[in-house]
Amino acid sequence: MPDSIDTTTSKPRPEHFVAPLEETPLEAIDTIKAEGKPSNLWIDAWADLRRRPMFWISAALILVIVFIALFPGLFTSEPPNSNCQLANSNGAPTEGHPLGFTRQGCDVWSRIVHGASTSLSVGIIVTMLVFTLGVLFGAFAGFYGGWVDGLLSRIGDIFFAIPYILAAVVIMSVLADYRNVWVISLAIGLFAWPVTARVLRSEILRVKNSDFVTAATAIGVPRFKIMWAHVVPNSIAPVIVITTIALAGAIVAEATLSFLGVGLPSTFMSWGNDIAQAQTTLRTAPQVLLYPSIALSLTVFSFIMMGEVIRDALDPKARAQR
Amino acid sequence: MKIKRFGVAAIALAAAGALALTGCSTGEAEPSTPAGDPEAIITTNGSEPQNPLIPTNTTETGGGKIVTSLFAGLVSYDAEGAIEFDMAESIESEDSQSWTVTLKEGKTFTDGSPVTANSFVDAWNYGALYSNAQSASYFFDNIEGFSYTEDSELTGLNVVDDLTFTVDLVAPEADWPLRLGYTAYFPLPEVAFEDIEAFGENPVGNGPYMFAGEDAWTHEEKIDLVTNPDYDGVRTPVNGGLTIVFYTSQDTAYADLQAGNLDVLDAVPDSALATFEDEFGDRAVNQAAAIFQGFNMPYYLEHWSGEEGELRRAALSMSINRDEITDVIFQGTRTPASDFTSPVIDGWSDSLAGAEVLEFNPEEAQKLWAEADAIAPYGDTVFDLAYNADGGHQAWVDAVVNSIANTLGIEAVGKPYPTFAAALDDRSNAKLTGGTRAGWQADYPSLYNFLAPLYRTGAGSNYEGYSSEEFETLLDEGAAAPAVDEATAKYQEAQEVLLKDLPAIPLWYSNVTGASAETVDNVVFGWDSVPLYTEITKG
Amino acid sequence: MLWYTGKRLLQVIPVLLGATFLIYFMVFAMPGDPIAALYGDRPPAPGVIDQIREQYHLNDPFIVQYFYYLIGIFQGDFGVTYSGQSVNDVLARTFPVTIRLALLAVFIEMVFGIFVGLISGLRKGGIFDATGLGVSLVLISLPIFVVGFVAQYFLAIQLGWFSPTVGAGAPLEDLILPAIVLASISFAQIVRLTRSSVIETAGLDFVRTAYSKGLTRRRIVPVHILRNSLIPVVTYLGTDFGTLLVGATVTEGIFNVPGVGRTLFQAILRGEGPTIVSFVTVMVLLYLVVNLLVDLLYAVLDPRIRYA
Repeated sequence: MPDSIDTTTSKPRPEHFVAPLEETPLEAIDTIKAEGKPSNLWIDAWADLRRRPMFWISAALILVIVFIALFPGLFTSEPPNSNCQLANSNGAPTEGHPLGFTRQGCDVWSRIVHGASTSLSVGIIVTMLVFTLGVLFGAFAGFYGGWVDGLLSRIGDIFFAIPYILAAVVIMSVLADYRNVWVISLAIGLFAWPVTARVLRSEILRVKNSDFVTAATAIGVPRFKIMWAHVVPNSIAPVIVITTIALAGAIVAEATLSFLGVGLPSTFMSWGNDIAQAQTTLRTAPQVLLYPSIALSLTVFSFIMMGEVIRDALDPKARAQR
Repeated sequence: MKIKRFGVAAIALAAAGALALTGCSTGEAEPSTPAGDPEAIITTNGSEPQNPLIPTNTTETGGGKIVTSLFAGLVSYDAEGAIEFDMAESIESEDSQSWTVTLKEGKTFTDGSPVTANSFVDAWNYGALYSNAQSASYFFDNIEGFSYTEDSELTGLNVVDDLTFTVDLVAPEADWPLRLGYTAYFPLPEVAFEDIEAFGENPVGNGPYMFAGEDAWTHEEKIDLVTNPDYDGVRTPVNGGLTIVFYTSQDTAYADLQAGNLDVLDAVPDSALATFEDEFGDRAVNQAAAIFQGFNMPYYLEHWSGEEGELRRAALSMSINRDEITDVIFQGTRTPASDFTSPVIDGWSDSLAGAEVLEFNPEEAQKLWAEADAIAPYGDTVFDLAYNADGGHQAWVDAVVNSIANTLGIEAVGKPYPTFAAALDDRSNAKLTGGTRAGWQADYPSLYNFLAPLYRTGAGSNYEGYSSEEFETLLDEGAAAPAVDEATAKYQEAQEVLLKDLPAIPLWYSNVTGASAETVDNVVFGWDSVPLYTEITKG
Repeated sequence: MLWYTGKRLLQVIPVLLGATFLIYFMVFAMPGDPIAALYGDRPPAPGVIDQIREQYHLNDPFIVQYFYYLIGIFQGDFGVTYSGQSVNDVLARTFPVTIRLALLAVFIEMVFGIFVGLISGLRKGGIFDATGLGVSLVLISLPIFVVGFVAQYFLAIQLGWFSPTVGAGAPLEDLILPAIVLASISFAQIVRLTRSSVIETAGLDFVRTAYSKGLTRRRIVPVHILRNSLIPVVTYLGTDFGTLLVGATVTEGIFNVPGVGRTLFQAILRGEGPTIVSFVTVMVLLYLVVNLLVDLLYAVLDPRIRYA
């Protein structure tokens, strides 16, 4: 792994036309500069991240969304599902109802606020599931190769081959009485990780032939440690991009499952549910579709930007290039 | 993915002014001057048949539409649901129990073979045989010799000569001929029995249309029918044929109609209910159909039996604003219910005693609910209403539970089952936790058909376990009544019992919603929500 | 290479067994009687359902049903659907349509995705990059059914540029709009992947060397940068092709494409075990072949990767 270059040593120095009286002792050359700040990938990345405005913008957005999801009551006094009056169906905004009403006459703003936690939880749980499984399977398969690769990749193939819609229908029907955020996340995530695993594996196949791996092997670093400390961090960049997109995909998948009729029951406030229901009135009341879509897009946007800056920060090569 | 699922049923007895059968000849006059091109092919929407096209195994709408076009039975239905003789010359009986059927001369199947008494008797025997496991077998259970448990011949069917056969029923049934236009009673040619599976893929019929060729049926895509030149019955087509394109979603079919790829559409999707009448003007159809919709509260649930249950059912019924829901959610394509049948059926009524329980009346609803609470408090129990999520029911279920919640101040939610199978399973095993949607589409224009299969003790579709002696007595009296008026009066009285007990809480009648492109004229929808294809002109 | 290919082909067998077993088990675990549900609200005569269940071996224990099914497959017989059609026919009818649709979609997303990703990567932070990000974000954040309905309504019905649904025989020109809709979903992924990969590759020593050798940009971009950036993209395209073979459920429904996604979804709703497993079997086969090709492509794209 290329160490960061200490910029102070590369500054042009005054040239000596006369040889110094004392040569630098050998020990001084060999000693490691111990008083310097410890340097590793994640610390460097953090140092880098702090300087990026994009990081702070997306972090702020994510914080706001998480805050809304945790404390919806602070943003709307309207309880989410009561007092839906058909008389207000697809109605225009009125006092206290800034975004108007849904087809069922519920307050759009309150549904969006209360839907944040469902959509966000689905996104995060699925992403964690996909990331964990994908990295585990992909790392071992790519790094160890041989029969390990064969076994793990084939398990991935099995899961990949099961269409996630089938998985969702089945899981949602078998667990019909427990239909909640966890179950739908499982339905989406359990069959989505092989993509991540394959991307990581192919990246590792590329990285593991690099010089720094050979070097680490040469100085006797254990294989397992090489994998986690050197190979995986250097291969993780495309996985992070894929994962942030997967988070967005999971939130969207929840909507698609609602559209197909196998999503969360409509008592769960979720943007996906709202989008799926608003789709029927797309031609007559497009605004009802628009607002949850904007909420979803903003969330997706902040997570993808976050992924993007983290990727740049984690990737020493991209960093050096800037 | 809207899947229309309605049961298909037909135990037809009285009602419909059709008791004087022998007097009924070939029906009204045909549209006199068909203006259209007699070669033009009409395209319309449909869905892939669930089974090979064997009449006795076709009890769903997708296949029914095709089989009815391919075959002609003893009688056919006109737009109002009255019967006209098609293959039959006469259907007569002295005692309403032994019937003699005489066929018209010179009718043939499209393979040239004649339509004889054997064509009917063999087809009916095939359909009724236990081991053939035909979905419509129960239609023959009133013929002598029928068995539900083993293979047996229909001994009640006897061929007299080529054009005559007799039918002995197990009990007198005055309007038995009313059933005979249904798919189950169509004839089959001899060739069918050589290889019935292959026949179902390439049926040879005797109806107004026939297969356009060997590969006319492209599975999951479409079916091409052309006019059968040898057919000269009451349904002689004025066009050159019919192409039925299969859709799995009504939205797609509607898009095709808008783009001019489709001539006639018989189901407008939810997303276009608000706009289709403006868009298609007088080419849009929105008329009553023989479809009843409601929801049932099972008798096995706590709080829903005895006097408490009766009070609560009435309270529920009065807490639903049917006018507003049919107006806002369905854009006027449903009609609030006033009885348990449908406005297209003779004998339907909007003035039954006790029908005020179907009016929105929040004060009364709260009062009755409170009375029920005095018997046993409902507490925090969440009220749920089950439906299958693959049938497009979510919007109205949500509206109904919101209406209930707002009026009664209880927590009420929709309970979607991902598939119809899962929903049916809980219904038939009595494992519901709340109400369930219940729909019924008739195959016969008959009050009896809306009542007996759903509310008789132990009837096939009486899943929620209703049982009332008073109701059944009235039903039996109606069936045995010698005149239509008397029968209708009895059935209406029977419904007044239902209005008191509310085994089903009636919501509304479905309308048939359709539209046609400017390419076609004379599009008329039958009482069964299917357009009368043979009368459509094009070009 | 040959040995590797042979070994991979052998591995198909356990994957097939694993996937079919898992899927069969899942379908078996679904609640409800699929045969009873065929008849809607009106049950047929008692005995009819039982006889039909018998015919499909549905009264046997799960493992017995599975073996019946396996035996059929090894004889090349995929069984019959609950509507009495031979599953072999259904497969032969639907797969060509879906493969055509998937290839078209992959082609569209590849051409546009790589192009946009490449330019964005080369001009990182520029206007093009920002626009590309914006467009792909919008596409990612819209569920496919919204994209599908909007495209169908505006592009096909209002503007008349495309056919709103797919006609009989699924001709290629009818498939363009659904393919664009399908491609729109993965477009964003391809752009992001290509972009980040290009940025990374452009910073590598050999690119700098190439520039310092005096090679032109015109040569360096396609030969040095693009070729070396394509590995993650090719991987993604491979898996995406597999996804499209099964995941086009919504799009095929909206555009009435008589393909795998639509048919499979209907079969799932009906709980048709044999049909579902047959589809999955063929899908697994196709998917494995595609992945094998992708893996072999790595070696072409990156000479450092060797298969033994």
